[in-house]
Amino acid sequence: MAEPGKIRSALAHCAIDGVVAKSGLDASISEQAFVGKVVLRGNPSDSEFLATVRGALELDLPLAPNTSSETPPVSALWLGPDEWMLICAPGSEAAVVDSLNAALAEGHSTVVDVSDAYTVLRLSGPASRTILAKGCALDLHPRAFAFGDVARTMIAKADVILHQTADETDDGGPVFDVYVARSFADYLWRWFDKIIN
Amino acid sequence: MLRIPCPWCGERDVGEFHCGGEAHIARPSGADTIDDDAWAEYLFMRQNPKGSHHERWSHAHGCRRWFHVVRDTDSDQVLAVYLMNEAPPDLPGRSS
Repeated sequence: MAEPGKIRSALAHCAIDGVVAKSGLDASISEQAFVGKVVLRGNPSDSEFLATVRGALELDLPLAPNTSSETPPVSALWLGPDEWMLICAPGSEAAVVDSLNAALAEGHSTVVDVSDAYTVLRLSGPASRTILAKGCALDLHPRAFAFGDVARTMIAKADVILHQTADETDDGGPVFDVYVARSFADYLWRWFDKIIN
Repeated sequence: MLRIPCPWCGERDVGEFHCGGEAHIARPSGADTIDDDAWAEYLFMRQNPKGSHHERWSHAHGCRRWFHVVRDTDSDQVLAVYLMNEAPPDLPGRSS
């Protein structure tokens, strides 16, 4: 039973954390619950907009497709030519929204807190690419998809945002964060569970 | 498998896209005065060629942006991709 007034993760019922592949595939999966996610839209050719965001977050928005940028504790994922998702620590999304809204009051832009609309499945280990490739049509070879790269795509027919957050050479790497709509989280988790076990 | 080069995201699987039908169909002016035949021509009549076809596509499961594709309806080859505010490119030896 969910306790009233208590935040509950999308996969709280799945006993997902730290699941390690039993099949010999060297990978593990966990849920990064409650991560702050804010969708920002604005005109990338408007230097004033970019400067305002930089002033508010000390972060340069990534302008090249399929890339990300990071100034801890906030990172920005490129979602489209005028759309970004800002990732921040659990609970800090309201502060990010407030500071952006205050800074961008004059211009033409939108800031939306979507933290509870998505959850994050974190897939890590040397076999991660093999596991993702089972359900994703992207070229996931390290020369085509590397540390920091982002793609909005589909895994096993579920819409996801794929973000590589650690390199092959890192301890336990590579690491992929898979952002999936809350309503698809159970399905996608079960799909991963089936693939890695 | 058909692969489509999104102008922003690069080449992706066709499953990520949605086809919006024939491109460059201009809405007739004076919609309240033109006759039903002219209106039906605008609403329903499409080219359906065997060969190059100018189409609108949306990267529905990616960056969600609309763009134009020139596609050979016979070979399914993508001949050109251009933005919504751009004019169709010249494709030598091809008529549309």
